[in-house]
Amino acid sequence: MATRPSGTGQAGHNRPALSFHVPEPKYRPGDAVDFSDLKISEPGAQPRPDETCLAIETAPLANDLIRVLGDDNQAHGPWDPRLDPETLRAMLRNMALTRAFDERMYRGQRQGKTSFYMKCTGEEATSIAASMALAADDMVFPSYRQQGILIARGYPLVEMINQIYSNRGDKLKGRQLPIMYSSRAHSFFTISGNLATQTPQAVGWAMASAMRGDSRIAATWVGEGSTAEGDFHAACLFATVYNAPVILNVVNNQWAISSFSGFAGGERATFAARGVGYGIASLRVDGNDPLACYAAELWAANRARANAGPTLIEHFSYRAEGHSTSDDPSQYRSAQERAEWPLGDPIMRLKDHLIALGEWDDERQEKLDLESAEQVKAATKEAEKNGILGHGLHHPFHTMFEDVFEELPWHLEEQAAQAIREREIKWPQP
Amino acid sequence: MIEAINDALDIMLSHDPTVIIMGEDVGYFGGVFRATAGLQEKHGKNRVFDTPISECGIIGAAVGMGAYGLRPVPEIQFADYIYPGMDQLISEAARLRYRSAGEFIAPLTVRSPFGGGIFGGQTHSQSPESLFTHVAGLKTVIPSTPYDAKGLLIAAIEDNDPVIFFEPKRIYNGPFNGYYDKPVEPWKNHKDSRVPEGYYSIPLGKARTVRKGDALTVLTYGTMVHVSEAVCREKGVDAEIIDLRTLVPLDIEAIEASVEKTGRCLIVHEATRTSGFGAELSALVTERCFYHLEAPVERVTGFDTPYPHSLEWAYFPGPIRIGEAIDKILEA
Ligand SMILES: Cc1ncc(C[n+]2csc(CCOP(=O)(O)OP(=O)(O)O)c2C)c(N)n1
Repeated sequence: MATRPSGTGQAGHNRPALSFHVPEPKYRPGDAVDFSDLKISEPGAQPRPDETCLAIETAPLANDLIRVLGDDNQAHGPWDPRLDPETLRAMLRNMALTRAFDERMYRGQRQGKTSFYMKCTGEEATSIAASMALAADDMVFPSYRQQGILIARGYPLVEMINQIYSNRGDKLKGRQLPIMYSSRAHSFFTISGNLATQTPQAVGWAMASAMRGDSRIAATWVGEGSTAEGDFHAACLFATVYNAPVILNVVNNQWAISSFSGFAGGERATFAARGVGYGIASLRVDGNDPLACYAAELWAANRARANAGPTLIEHFSYRAEGHSTSDDPSQYRSAQERAEWPLGDPIMRLKDHLIALGEWDDERQEKLDLESAEQVKAATKEAEKNGILGHGLHHPFHTMFEDVFEELPWHLEEQAAQAIREREIKWPQP
Repeated sequence: MIEAINDALDIMLSHDPTVIIMGEDVGYFGGVFRATAGLQEKHGKNRVFDTPISECGIIGAAVGMGAYGLRPVPEIQFADYIYPGMDQLISEAARLRYRSAGEFIAPLTVRSPFGGGIFGGQTHSQSPESLFTHVAGLKTVIPSTPYDAKGLLIAAIEDNDPVIFFEPKRIYNGPFNGYYDKPVEPWKNHKDSRVPEGYYSIPLGKARTVRKGDALTVLTYGTMVHVSEAVCREKGVDAEIIDLRTLVPLDIEAIEASVEKTGRCLIVHEATRTSGFGAELSALVTERCFYHLEAPVERVTGFDTPYPHSLEWAYFPGPIRIGEAIDKILEA
């Protein structure tokens, strides 16, 4: 064996000392923010390859930023999806409604009507605009911040609120944490609280669709922080190996609770670039540009439908609000970040675009915001008739034991009897 | 037994177009134990295919396929390698029906060879069944004969809940009697080896009485059914041996009826002792049959160590350990 020098492991040894790197975000509370070093590409400057191109041809786009809407509020370049004003207005309506919904549910949580809520403020385009580029029966495997998809797909707000309140109208029978919706009828997969688990499942669904000669594709959404999970890598691998008709959407909102994107590896590579190594077509888009989100998703959907394989899309965005009702972002990040975020607000950008097209005005926007708030308010009233969390209007106790298995085995039947017996002691009926 | 499994898979692939088989080396090669031999050739690559070495991906994709409407039968090459896929099994497959209130189900059957006795060392010998029986929403099935393997596997694949189907690999080719230094008879000479042709199924949740007896009840499954039987035969003990066949759902009626009759109970499994499934069985028997018991319930199990390679026969709960436990119960 060759001799090699051995260290003493002590400081002062004549070999250079190694240093340990722990990523640190640029700004902490109180810091002045400067985003001028962010590489923000010119809208319209990015080429749009053919949807059936080789995956490797997208590599430059994985490190660029696809943008359509410019500061002039006009759409630019080959990624302009050329949507008609009616579709643009529908997109705006879905986004405004989602924001109004978030606002009210957040307040509902503060008023003690439920235990928990998560907003998607500032990220509406990544779910709404993106999912509007899919067919209604394409299967989506969302994470917890894609309430916009359900709203865009016309799922009743009352059903959403019933779920959030875990009341007797909740069709998930009060079993899931608020916001973890499920709607098979809307091709919306049941949400898991275990991060990234939905990603290989979406790929499996897409594989199944291909095996069966179906025409439906699958799309999944995952946060940039969650891409660190093994499941995400398994998903990328299966997607590429089987050329699955799936879209892997990574919503890079810069923060995973208090951990900035550097802890998921974002300091050294873009999240879109992850796909390149797997041989997956990869796009990085301005996640606050609804037209760019729509265009990228449509490109990926067309690619999947053409049997040209999976696409990974990084939606570069910013989480304008806290992670959930359980955290306070002012404890770990500069309050200026939100205001200084150079890619603006997706709703404002779409609104300004429609105004620039002469298809919208501030008056109509005001009316829309008012109507959205009213619509949510009415749905909330309706849902509250079914009860709010912890106020007794929940599902019968026996339902707790149902759906563990298709049929109730003896041990669960025995346990159900016990729960019902205990009920009479804990909460005597008058 | 391996032929019976292959037969069951073949029948289900023919019978139901939504059944698919996936796993490491299961396609062209037919699996390292040959359980899927010839199936890809017969049913095509759309139905039987190889996967990357990614148990998380295998189970995760199978959950998605199940949600689509397929009945995936993923193979995990050895039960020891199921852990990278555990979260997908425990948090996802097991709870999909519950958390979606029945909107989505995961009707998968995860097949995996388990148990020791083939010099597999600590990474090819484990019996992790109690990790699964502890999880609400999973069914755990373990056959001990070729006849059962076929019928139970067909039932598992038809079941709408996720099933873990553990195949005792020591008895793939013959009913091992516990004497590692003596030749083992092949299945064809065994009374339970006759496997009818064609489709039949054995309901999950029903135990099998291996032999009737009055002196004590032996609750066991998998390889240990045969070892226990050989020991009782040799000792001339009039034991009633119950092969549980499925741990979840458990045939509590069969257990209660037998223990109430014999008044004595021995539990035998190969898995490590602490928090093993024997602990659950012992608790159930004590809770439900206490006033019929004439002796404390005994457990014979593997030791609480990883499965050692060179000392595997010292680890294995063989005839001596079982014999001593029987004596202790009968003397009490
Ligand atoms: C497997 C797992 N680990 C940890 C958590 C706790 N957790 C919930 S959300 C979250 C941050 C996720 O961040 P990201 O993926 O970036 O999504 P975002 O919330 O920013 O949309 C963590 C750590 C979890 N739910 N699941």
